[in-house]
Amino acid sequence: MSRLGRRALLAHAGLLASGALVVAFASSRHALAQDGDRSPLPGDLARSPLLDSWIGVGTDGQITVFTGKAELGQGLKTALIQIAAHELAVAPSAVDIVTADTARTPDEGVTAGSRSMQDSGTAILNAAANVRVLLAEAAAWRFAIGADRIVMRDGAAHAPDGRAVGYGELVSGLSLHAVARPDVPRREGGSPMIGENLARIDIPAKVSGGEAYLQDMRLPGMLHARVVRGPSDGTRLRPADLEAVAGMPGVVQVVRDGRFTAIVADDEWRAVKALHRLQAAGWERAGEPLPARDMRGAIRGAAAREVPIFDYPGPPAPAEAHSLRARYSRPCLMHGSIGPSCAVALWEDDGVTVWTHSQGVHPLRKALAELLALPLERVRCVHVEGAGCYGHNGADDAAADAALAARAVPGQPVRLQWMREQEHGWEPLGSAMIVEMSASVGADGRIVGWQHDVWSNTHSTRPRSAGGLLAGTEVDPPFVPPKPRPIPMPQGGAARNGNPIYALPNARGTLHFVERMPVRVSALRGLGAHMNVFAIESFMDELAEAAGADPVGFRLAHLQDERAREVVQLAADRFGWETRGRGTGFAFARYKNLASHCAVAMEVRVDRDTGEIHVPRVVAAVDSGEAVSPDGIRNQIEGGIVQSLSWTTREAVAFDASHRTSFDWSAYPILRFPAVPGRIEVHVIDRPRQPFLGVGEAAQGPAAAALANAVAHALGLRLRDMPLSPERIRAAFRPARAAPRQAAG
Amino acid sequence: MGGTRLATGIALGCAALLALAFAFAWHPAIEPIAPSSVGPFDRALVADGENLARLGNCAGCHTEDPARPLAGGRPLATPFGTVFATNITPDAETGIGAWPRSAFDRAMRRGIARSGAHLYPAFPYDHFTHASEGQLQALYAWLMTRPPIPGRAPATRLDGVFSFRPLVAAWKLLHLDEGPLPIDPAQSPEWNRGRALAEGLAHCGGCHTPRNSLGAEDKARAYDGAMVEGWYAPPLNARSPAVRPWTVDRLHAYLRTGLSPAHAAAAGPMGGVTRALSEVREDDVHAIAVYFAALMSQAPAARHDDPEPMDRQAVAQQAHPEAATLFAGACAVCHEPGAPMMQQGRPPLAWGTPLQADNAHDTVRIIMKGLASPAGPTGPAMPAFADVLDDRQLGELTAYLRTRFTDKSPWPDIGDAVAQARAGEAK
Amino acid sequence: MIALFVNGQVHQVDVDPDTPLLYVLRNELALNGAKFGCGLGQCGACTVLLDGKPVFSCLVPVAALGNRKVRTLEGLASPDGSPGVLSVAFEAEQAAQCGYCIAGMIVRAQALLERNNRPTEDEVRAHLAPNLCRCGTHMRILRAVRRAAEMMGGGVRAVAEQKP
Repeated sequence: MSRLGRRALLAHAGLLASGALVVAFASSRHALAQDGDRSPLPGDLARSPLLDSWIGVGTDGQITVFTGKAELGQGLKTALIQIAAHELAVAPSAVDIVTADTARTPDEGVTAGSRSMQDSGTAILNAAANVRVLLAEAAAWRFAIGADRIVMRDGAAHAPDGRAVGYGELVSGLSLHAVARPDVPRREGGSPMIGENLARIDIPAKVSGGEAYLQDMRLPGMLHARVVRGPSDGTRLRPADLEAVAGMPGVVQVVRDGRFTAIVADDEWRAVKALHRLQAAGWERAGEPLPARDMRGAIRGAAAREVPIFDYPGPPAPAEAHSLRARYSRPCLMHGSIGPSCAVALWEDDGVTVWTHSQGVHPLRKALAELLALPLERVRCVHVEGAGCYGHNGADDAAADAALAARAVPGQPVRLQWMREQEHGWEPLGSAMIVEMSASVGADGRIVGWQHDVWSNTHSTRPRSAGGLLAGTEVDPPFVPPKPRPIPMPQGGAARNGNPIYALPNARGTLHFVERMPVRVSALRGLGAHMNVFAIESFMDELAEAAGADPVGFRLAHLQDERAREVVQLAADRFGWETRGRGTGFAFARYKNLASHCAVAMEVRVDRDTGEIHVPRVVAAVDSGEAVSPDGIRNQIEGGIVQSLSWTTREAVAFDASHRTSFDWSAYPILRFPAVPGRIEVHVIDRPRQPFLGVGEAAQGPAAAALANAVAHALGLRLRDMPLSPERIRAAFRPARAAPRQAAG
Repeated sequence: MGGTRLATGIALGCAALLALAFAFAWHPAIEPIAPSSVGPFDRALVADGENLARLGNCAGCHTEDPARPLAGGRPLATPFGTVFATNITPDAETGIGAWPRSAFDRAMRRGIARSGAHLYPAFPYDHFTHASEGQLQALYAWLMTRPPIPGRAPATRLDGVFSFRPLVAAWKLLHLDEGPLPIDPAQSPEWNRGRALAEGLAHCGGCHTPRNSLGAEDKARAYDGAMVEGWYAPPLNARSPAVRPWTVDRLHAYLRTGLSPAHAAAAGPMGGVTRALSEVREDDVHAIAVYFAALMSQAPAARHDDPEPMDRQAVAQQAHPEAATLFAGACAVCHEPGAPMMQQGRPPLAWGTPLQADNAHDTVRIIMKGLASPAGPTGPAMPAFADVLDDRQLGELTAYLRTRFTDKSPWPDIGDAVAQARAGEAK
Repeated sequence: MIALFVNGQVHQVDVDPDTPLLYVLRNELALNGAKFGCGLGQCGACTVLLDGKPVFSCLVPVAALGNRKVRTLEGLASPDGSPGVLSVAFEAEQAAQCGYCIAGMIVRAQALLERNNRPTEDEVRAHLAPNLCRCGTHMRILRAVRRAAEMMGGGVRAVAEQKP
């Protein structure tokens, strides 16, 4: 061997050995971190500390990000790509993303509570930073220079003298199956990706007819299924001639298990026709009659368990303080996803794969495994985007229905689509809620006592076991639904945002948790925040009026947190609050007192003859920590405001003694274009390097309260019970008259 | 000498007749008042007036642009030309702001404007004349407290000789029975109240009673049904073609909510009526229901009620196979027994009056235009099929519906009804 | 077999003649634009153009089509495959949250702008009223329609201030 060759060989060997040493060194440092380091890993890294759970680097340099969260239309995929691309110094196009898949991604629980950026975004930020450091160290070793002289740019590590090596090449000598370090610094310099308005990667397909949704999936040999139930939760179909339906053209099977029934057909329309044929048999109430047309009465009068929400100590209110009481309420609300729930399931090799738009593929997997009596590892749940869900809608149940239907035809994929009326009839609702407030204002205009009582059912029955699935209660033998429990603070369910952010002495809050649910309820966007913020912020206006104070000034007088004050001030300034006219209202809240701050100022005009509320102008300000995508934040806040206006001015699920009567869009109207505000401006306060704060549920409460306050300002009359519908507004101006009755047939 | 005397006599007679006619047809102007001199009005009186305004559905004719309520401008096609509803807001220049109470009463009872001009009976003073003093007082109070909106409605110029307003005096001689209706002691107080409202401010006969060649309601055929703006207002008497009885409760529900579970939803102009009636005092509407239930107590359905909805599916399929397919794909998803709407207790097509009537007009129009909720935002609604089905398909489907859901004879002139409905759309 | 004219092409499909067009578009022709939102003609997610007029494809049995021309979202693209004006405008305005309603919005807006590329704001709102959006993306949808109108050489006129 030549001297050159031996040197090269030695060099190569040394290279390998050193590389191994680096890895070993890195691993041992990580091992040290595991053993002795007390600082916790941020976000969901704590649950899944291995780097390759989150980041993959291909030999072609393409990055793959794995997240256990799901794209709900909030732009999550794009935001996470931005974060990873930024920390790894690559173009966004060099990053692919894999979302919620029990076979491929970390378990991040449910995509809910506006926690995705906090939990997953933070994890990916740190994991990507870790990977960058590892790549840089590998390059430094290769170039035999200090790691601090390496610049990471455009997917390659660059030495000062111009040498560069791509990530694809670097990664072959590297293992990412290593525990993350919590203290890896953020990337400095370079063109920032975080804070850019990167075009969403999912939009091109959505505006051009590409395959973008679960509903677009077409697998070879796919069959079409429909589940068969009564019209709503609490009803069941009368016995029907299943034989006749099984013989209809196109029907492959009528699946039965206990009371669970589904039709599987080779053609979607034939499945629908068969469904209608079965439904012609009629239906009946299953269980006790419903207590009321509106569940508020049932909630307030029911047996309840008292759960303290908060207690701010302070001296009792002086006798001369001005006391106020008020009661606010909202009815049951519907998620009302535009695309009814759907799932695709395939039984193969003693196991099942379910493609679902459930917000929680991991808990769903457990529930399905129990329902189907399968070992966990034989069940795979893959999230594919559906229509916006806004919480726990029919997605999990559709997944279970599809799995049961597919079990009857193993080897053939089954697409089970809920009908519109099934989504309206069976989706778990947002609970009706009542809030009673009382407070005292001293002579100096400061609040000196405060009591907040909220009555509600649970705000989560998300399935973690078979008993939490509709089908689970229908199969033979049926599973028992778990007892509902309140969600503890600081997250809270019905109590969410019941703890006011204001500096209040002698303040107390109590949740009256009503366990018995006459109707099916679960998490609806914001959970208790919509009602609690509506109540608190309406009440703040009523107190301000009693104190003779300006509503914004009154809030600022009780608000100590600097970031909160800035948001309030920004919204007020941009709205022109100082020179406001008639019919204007303001509200503010920090979602959960932990996530984003949002202030909303609104101008309304009320037509006293029709009761219609026109909203010419809305101005909002939001602080969501470091703004990864400012436009994404604006999109969520605009949407949250419009959605909340629909809830607050239009919506109330209706019942009669036997069932839910809000069965389609005609019976449950939502806001349409003519009633949407004239203009909405959203001002985003960016806080670089501050933690990401969830923004998806920040606007609903403040928008609802700003509306109520603006209407009160316009009419000189306070409405406290949602919805502030045209009927209620007209009734407020008219002497009491009996409401129209529906005659019996 | 005798001929001259005869001629003079005739001339004098004619002159006397003319003078008489003139005296009869001519009415003085009533002095205008300053709008500021009107009121203030008692709040309860204004509320009463609002109730009556909804009963009479003033806005139905006098509001063309929802942003300008009661400012007029809506055209009403008549066989004599187009009549434009006037501005009845209290604007002094272009509305009735300068009208004293006496002028308002004269207009309502006798069809004469403040200027003394005759009003065309498209403004149904032949009904409003039956309003009571208290009702006119309340209505005046309500009208005078509405926001004044300036803007003169287009002038009404009828065709040919009909543009000579004094001729209306002759019409009134023949057709206007001034003043309130006498109480019928053989009937209950509620019936009498219902009649007073129906024949008075609610002017139901204005749509539901056929008219003679002079455009006046043919009292001998009261409530026999009539065409109005392309829609057919069905009979409200013993000729009612409904297959389920119109009981007081069902009528009451229909008038208040626009839906009778044993019949159908209010369509066309009746949707506007029920929307207005949904805001009227309960007992007023109930009284009207009592009146018409009595009128229809001799209708076929009152004598024989069959609760089983007719469905001759096989017969209709055979007679109209193409339409059966259209129905299955376009209509069944709401209208067949297992469909969600039907599961929610909405009435089957067989019970609706449109299919039972002696003409296809309403059926055709409903299919083409759909239906907006007739009362309240959660009422039944139907999409429009005008752009989905062509004329031939519409005709076929209409014939199919008549065959499938009724046992009445086929409509002979569906093609005309479709053509008229299309022409109406095009306007 | 039934012949349909969709996006400029003839297709022969073997389906029950009462099958609504929506299912044929999605399941036989593998077109994703028109979506199932309600099947009842209430939400507009299934909107397609039939001889240029917007209709609910969930309520059009294929046997009713005859020779009439169907255009879906996919058919609004240029022959060379580049996206149509509205698709470009919607993407530029990032006018989507979940996006499920957007295809229907684009098709309905297309019918308006083909007829009149200078509508007022009120006309746009009234025209889009049959289509529901649950995420509250309305403001961006209106901005995207405005942008598309401008790209077509027109624009959306602001409405004069309403009376107080």
